[in-house]
Amino acid sequence: MAELHVELVAADRQVWSGKASLVVARTSSGDIGVMPGHQPLLGVLQSGPVTIRTTGESGDGTVVAAVHGGFISFADNKLSLLAEIAELSDEIDVQRAERALERAKSDADAAAERRADVRLRAVTGVH
Amino acid sequence: MGAQLRVYKRRIRSVTATKKITKAMEMIAASRVVKAQRQVAASTPYASELTRAVTAVATGSNTQHPLTTEAEKPTRAALLLITSDRGLAGGYSSNVIKAAEQLTERLRAEGKEVDAYIVGRKGVSYYSFRERTFVESWTGFTDSPTYADAKTVAAPLIEAVQKDTAEGGVDELHIVYTEFLSMMTQTALDNRLLPLSLDEAKAEGESKGEILPLFDFEPSAEDVLDALLPRYVESRIYNALLQAAASKHAATRRAMKSATDNAEELIKSLSRLANAARQADITQEISEIVGGSAALADATAGSD
Repeated sequence: MAELHVELVAADRQVWSGKASLVVARTSSGDIGVMPGHQPLLGVLQSGPVTIRTTGESGDGTVVAAVHGGFISFADNKLSLLAEIAELSDEIDVQRAERALERAKSDADAAAERRADVRLRAVTGVH
Repeated sequence: MGAQLRVYKRRIRSVTATKKITKAMEMIAASRVVKAQRQVAASTPYASELTRAVTAVATGSNTQHPLTTEAEKPTRAALLLITSDRGLAGGYSSNVIKAAEQLTERLRAEGKEVDAYIVGRKGVSYYSFRERTFVESWTGFTDSPTYADAKTVAAPLIEAVQKDTAEGGVDELHIVYTEFLSMMTQTALDNRLLPLSLDEAKAEGESKGEILPLFDFEPSAEDVLDALLPRYVESRIYNALLQAAASKHAATRRAMKSATDNAEELIKSLSRLANAARQADITQEISEIVGGSAALADATAGSD
């Protein structure tokens, strides 16, 4: 089965890299799914969960990451997800995110609320 | 113990204490250089992917953007100077300040006003001591900068670039920092960040033998470029901050190493002097005893 190479990089580190058969991310004009052989693409990401269906040497499975802003670029079967902040779902501390959500709600801080919400959705898998 | 000897002993003790301190500082700086280098390496994937994306937009579309077009008559330039918060780093801060001075002069000669933005207490005190004005300054994070720090520094700069020159905006953005080449070599250099020279980016892509594909932009080339360029500036500033931090630690390590070496040298020559003084004391004592006994012997011989 065809596969594409994915690099998920945050500003200060490489978060994940490997092979995948499908990557779903949220751009400013809606969700976009990229499969191997997609047309070269460069898009602006909105904060939201990114789903990567891994395949090949990375093993079959799903990797979900919370991505806060950034870009998606695909060319030559290589997909890069650039984000200022990116966290894999298993790196996220659910309780902390829940607390952050509560706090953001009480402070009426929309940006923080959205960040915490994206984190929680990445963990629970509810998009 | 003779007075001379006591003075030498005291000086040796004090130099030994200083040596211990400089040795400790040297070792701390050495471990921090490694950490800073690791941070530079960790930020490289993001920076290189971002550069690739910028190049892709630059070559793939004919978009005109305020951040990429050169003003016809540039009248004001912003200068971001990256120094350190603390000294004890040899010529580190003065070198980078000197580079900034040269750039300022060059820009003035080209008929541009220079707005200074400063990172690090050393640069701030240099400017305020000479009563020069600067637009904004940041301190407190030069030892280990984070991406959030780079964002706070970049925000007013990007804003200034996007504003019209007549309303206090700037046409160009220059950055002066110390590049970390190796443990032994760090050079202060200036770099024009904006307007981005796309030809350079293009040439870079082509020299690697890469033919960039025709991208499909989502939502549009203008919007992508709009979002991309501020991130690009932030990532470049982040990289400069990290390199400056690594250079600062390397400079501290070198300065402290030579201080330790000097202290060692001083201790060596002081203990030589102390040994000579002790020997002189002993010699004097012997000659006093011999002289005394001879005088006694003479006295007894005379009384007989």
